[in-house]
Amino acid sequence: MSRKTPSLFSAALVGPALAGSVRKLDPRAMIRNPVMFVVEVVAALTTVLFLRDLAAGGSDLAFSGQIILWLWFTLLFANFAEALAEGRGKAQAESLRRTRTEMTAKRLTGQDGRYETVPGTSLRVGDRVLVEAGDLIPSDGEVVAGVASVNEAAITGESAPVIRESGGDRSAVTGGTQVLSDAITVRITAEPGSTFVDRMIALVEGAARSKTPNEIALNILLAGLTIVFVFAVASIPSFARYAGGTIPVIVLVALFVTLIPTTIGALLSAIGIAGMDRLVRFNVLALSGRAVEAAGDVDTLLLDKTGTITLGNRQATAFRPVRGVSERDLADAAQLASLADETPEGRSIVVLAKEAYGIRARDMAARNATFVPFTAQSRMSGVDLDGSAIRKGAVEAVIAAVSTRPLAHRGSNAALAYAPEAESEAVAEIRAIAEEIAKGGGTPLAVARDHALLGVVHLKDIVKGGIRERFAELRRMGIRTVMITGDNPMTAAAIAAEAGVDDFLAQATPEDKLALIRREQAEGKLVAMCGDGTNDAPALAQADVGVAMNTGTVAAREAGNMVDLDSDPTKLIEIVGIGKQLLMTRGALTTFSIANDVAKYFAVLPAMFLGLYPQLQALNVMGLASPQSAILSAIIFNALVIVALIPLALRGVAYRPVGAAALLRRNLLVYGLGGVLVPFLGIKAIDLAVSALHLA
Amino acid sequence: MTLDGWIQIALFCAVVLALVKPLGLYMTRVFTGVPTPLSPVLGPVERGLYRLAGIDADHEQSWLGYGLAMLAFHALGFVLLYAVLRLQAVLPLNPMDQAAVAPDLAFNTAASFVTNTNWQNYGGESTLSYLSQILGLTHQNFLSAATGIALAVALIRGFARASARTVGSFWVDLTRCTLYLLLPLCAALTLFYVAQGMPQTLAPSVAATTLEGAQQTIAVGPVASQVAIKMLGTNGGGFFNANAAHPFENPTALANVVQMVTIFALGAGLTNVFGRMVGDERQGWAILAAMMLLFVAGTAVTYWAEAAGSPVLNGLGLTGGNLEGKEVRFGIPASALFAVVTTAASCGAVNAMHDSFTALGGLVPMLNMQLGEIIVGGVGAGLYGMLVFVVVAIFVAGLVGGRTPGYLGKKIEAREGKMAMLAVLCLPLMMLGLTALATVLPAAPAAPANAGPHGFSEILYAFTSAAANNGSAFGGLTGNTLFYNVTLALGMLVGRFFVILPALAIAGSLAAKKRVPASAGTFPTDGGLFVGLLVGVILIVGGLTFFPSLALGPVVEHLAGAAGQTFATGG
Repeated sequence: MSRKTPSLFSAALVGPALAGSVRKLDPRAMIRNPVMFVVEVVAALTTVLFLRDLAAGGSDLAFSGQIILWLWFTLLFANFAEALAEGRGKAQAESLRRTRTEMTAKRLTGQDGRYETVPGTSLRVGDRVLVEAGDLIPSDGEVVAGVASVNEAAITGESAPVIRESGGDRSAVTGGTQVLSDAITVRITAEPGSTFVDRMIALVEGAARSKTPNEIALNILLAGLTIVFVFAVASIPSFARYAGGTIPVIVLVALFVTLIPTTIGALLSAIGIAGMDRLVRFNVLALSGRAVEAAGDVDTLLLDKTGTITLGNRQATAFRPVRGVSERDLADAAQLASLADETPEGRSIVVLAKEAYGIRARDMAARNATFVPFTAQSRMSGVDLDGSAIRKGAVEAVIAAVSTRPLAHRGSNAALAYAPEAESEAVAEIRAIAEEIAKGGGTPLAVARDHALLGVVHLKDIVKGGIRERFAELRRMGIRTVMITGDNPMTAAAIAAEAGVDDFLAQATPEDKLALIRREQAEGKLVAMCGDGTNDAPALAQADVGVAMNTGTVAAREAGNMVDLDSDPTKLIEIVGIGKQLLMTRGALTTFSIANDVAKYFAVLPAMFLGLYPQLQALNVMGLASPQSAILSAIIFNALVIVALIPLALRGVAYRPVGAAALLRRNLLVYGLGGVLVPFLGIKAIDLAVSALHLA
Repeated sequence: MTLDGWIQIALFCAVVLALVKPLGLYMTRVFTGVPTPLSPVLGPVERGLYRLAGIDADHEQSWLGYGLAMLAFHALGFVLLYAVLRLQAVLPLNPMDQAAVAPDLAFNTAASFVTNTNWQNYGGESTLSYLSQILGLTHQNFLSAATGIALAVALIRGFARASARTVGSFWVDLTRCTLYLLLPLCAALTLFYVAQGMPQTLAPSVAATTLEGAQQTIAVGPVASQVAIKMLGTNGGGFFNANAAHPFENPTALANVVQMVTIFALGAGLTNVFGRMVGDERQGWAILAAMMLLFVAGTAVTYWAEAAGSPVLNGLGLTGGNLEGKEVRFGIPASALFAVVTTAASCGAVNAMHDSFTALGGLVPMLNMQLGEIIVGGVGAGLYGMLVFVVVAIFVAGLVGGRTPGYLGKKIEAREGKMAMLAVLCLPLMMLGLTALATVLPAAPAAPANAGPHGFSEILYAFTSAAANNGSAFGGLTGNTLFYNVTLALGMLVGRFFVILPALAIAGSLAAKKRVPASAGTFPTDGGLFVGLLVGVILIVGGLTFFPSLALGPVVEHLAGAAGQTFATGG
């Protein structure tokens, strides 16, 4: 389930964002963004000069005043973009914060079940608390005793309760979620203020944001370009003096600010926050911006077979009788043995029998039926009815059972006495069928009635619909998929071929997974995986993108760098897409920003030098009305383009899973070539407006 | 423009392109230590040299070690050259009794030759002894060229290697480059030039009596050998003041073409070395394609501008091409082509006076240098300059492919970005900064010969040429003054070494990285898209910075000329 997203410019968000944009003018905050900091310094200096001129009565004050005004607007727009991005996160954090209010905890004081009621905030790591039906779980922890159904809607948005129990892979509980039934004892695993929800709030609000490696790199590029343009602009006064004139400071400032990459500088942090935010709305929590970036760079995806590639359960797809038994007989026996079997496999046998042979449910009570449940020892289940015993189960288990002794001691049919020769022929046949099924990626389930082997039910892993196409998409993006499964290599190979993954790891142990990740990383590749168990923790920690399932253990959640609140391993594929989208958005706006400079030069330079050399009017290719309106239009365009691109920065560049070459071609065309052309049109349009309004 | 002219240009391009593969193969073998046909002869010499110098040929250096070795070597070379110039009066091989070179001129000249610039604030035949020419200049012509190539190879190794800590040995690269590449080629070229009629003698100038009975001193000297390396090593320093316009330095049309081809040969061949060493020749061709695209465009503009002639004269009804300052033996196309070639590469040899070109015809050579001479470029310097731009281009636009930037399986991260920007920054700083200084300082402005935009162009051209390590000049500027000697030397040194060191640092950090195998998600860098991107980034990041200065120089000169306006010569 995704959260409701407030529309981009809704009043609830814009109001606080406007206030935020003024607050963010604080130079101490501004210095984190070198390009905009330079703009602020320049704006402040020109304001001081302007005030001096105002007092002294300089000329062209209206023009200077407007330029300075737009310099400040440029800054405010940049801050607005960031504040708006943060605001969207804050709206989400608000709902989380509500869960934290005024919680009390029943802290256990001894082994006898007595407890004291304390405020939730006083709990420390290692405390044990009792949580009963209706109570909120006071902090993150691990269930050490009991089983309970828990409503985790507060963090996942999913209202169906989940089971949390001690031991195993479903022992982690999150502070702020509610126990619906039963009671559990929870050992607290997080200090106050650093719980999962706390971290989540900090992340979505952008408070805990530190620059990612790529952002740092990009900032270096932008700072470098800014310095280049310092040289370009700072040398102009001397050149002008040589040509016998002077250029007003305000005009130089206007040229400088339009040339430096303010567009991307203004939107860079908003893009980063929005990327995290997109993940959150997708119910995935990235614990660092770095992880989101890494997701875009992933080369190898490790995917668990069950739940990601195949539906969670195997399904019966065929009845394969031995010679002398009809398919219908086999289906009938298998159905009887499965009627009381509530496992998905059992149900799928009943469904198949009904669909293929019209065999319906029967009144079992009337036939004096006794169900025999599956045990790990017998590896069979079945039913005793009308004096005969029907069993289904692992092939070797069933063969062993029919060979050694009669299935039921009170058998009435004496004719079916133990006949070793006949049996061995059937055994061979059963084994042959079983092997054939296994080779095809299926799981054989033998069925026997009393002493007789009837045949084999073909259980098959059902590959999820559309997954093959998803893998083809990934391949086009240059991402290799590796299926991880506990199956034997033969079965794994068949499923891998059917699903279209590039590779598989069969009979995988956690150590195998870890080794595979290390091997890929040694080749310089980035690996993403998801996992939930404690034994996944080392691999999750090793992977560049480790997505822990929210249902998983505390260890797994600590090891990963993302948590999927829906516990849906398929999401790994979307996470990669969101990472790529983030990187693309950054690249697109950087390209656009730099490409803009061509038009800005053509707007400002002729205007600037017209006093020195009237011939340079020829460079005024846009035919801008006057030098002042040209300069003003350029600076207005420079400021307004930030606002115009906020939606793109927050929503991200449209991403389609095609190869890098196609993405590049499209994006370079749109944002590179577009970046060259758009400002010509934009500046011209603004110039028309400026001259119509007699602003300059 | 004539068909004949275009055929000359096309022929030149065809010859250069034809040489790329064979030279690339040979150079790759030289720098990867694979035996070459010359090894049986030169192998013992090479090993002898290492023994003599106490060099372990198998010991490779880190990027820093490599860089420090290079700096130490050049510091020593600088001091030696300076000493020879200052002491030439008392040293042998001085038949014309040239006096000691003045300190500031010697400083400028030493910087000029050590940096592969060959800016000449002196007239060769009237200032330098033969020893200065041979020992000082020709010797640096070889070593500065070999250094450029060695550094390009070190940077290539950075891209080609994975998880490595070293980028090669500076001593070995320098020795092998000189021994296997420059010396044999120069020997062959010298013989060819002598056959074309270039002098090669240690005898003093020849005194001749003209038909009118006047006495004339005709300068000769070891010309052919110096011309060979001046072109091949993109040095450009002429034996004569008139450089390649002098009949002894450029005797025939064939010699003219061969000189132009040799300017481009090694630089273009290095792109193939790059391709071969990174394991995909197409990568090299893509880079060469970007270079050639800019080259052909520049040549077309210059040829068009020169063939169209001066707008002022055209306005007066004197139509026809601009032949002012050109050798009539070569005509407009070969002069325009030469000018673009020599400034695209960091050669600086001239066969026509760039100062006399039309405004737009002179703009192209200037822009070629302002872009950092990455269009084929100086031997080695062109390639490493281009690779710096590749890093910037990948850095700017790599993200739009949905991945953090990477090139040839190497991630381009903050460190590489920082170094690339440093290298990109130092050129505008020197070119624009020093021009700005020269235009306002009271000590300087007397120097240019022309007033108005053209005088400005002359100053801008000088500092551009110096910082780009080109060495060609807009002749009008009086460069041999204390101010220009010192500032130009500063521009040359910064323009050379402040690009080299960041490039080496990039080599070091790339070599240490793992190499990610290419996949469908990798930025394809061997196609037209990448070439287009690279050209765009070069023009926008490298070129736009100079737009204001070009607007105030050649652009305004052209526009004013078209309107029939000229600028009075001041003083």
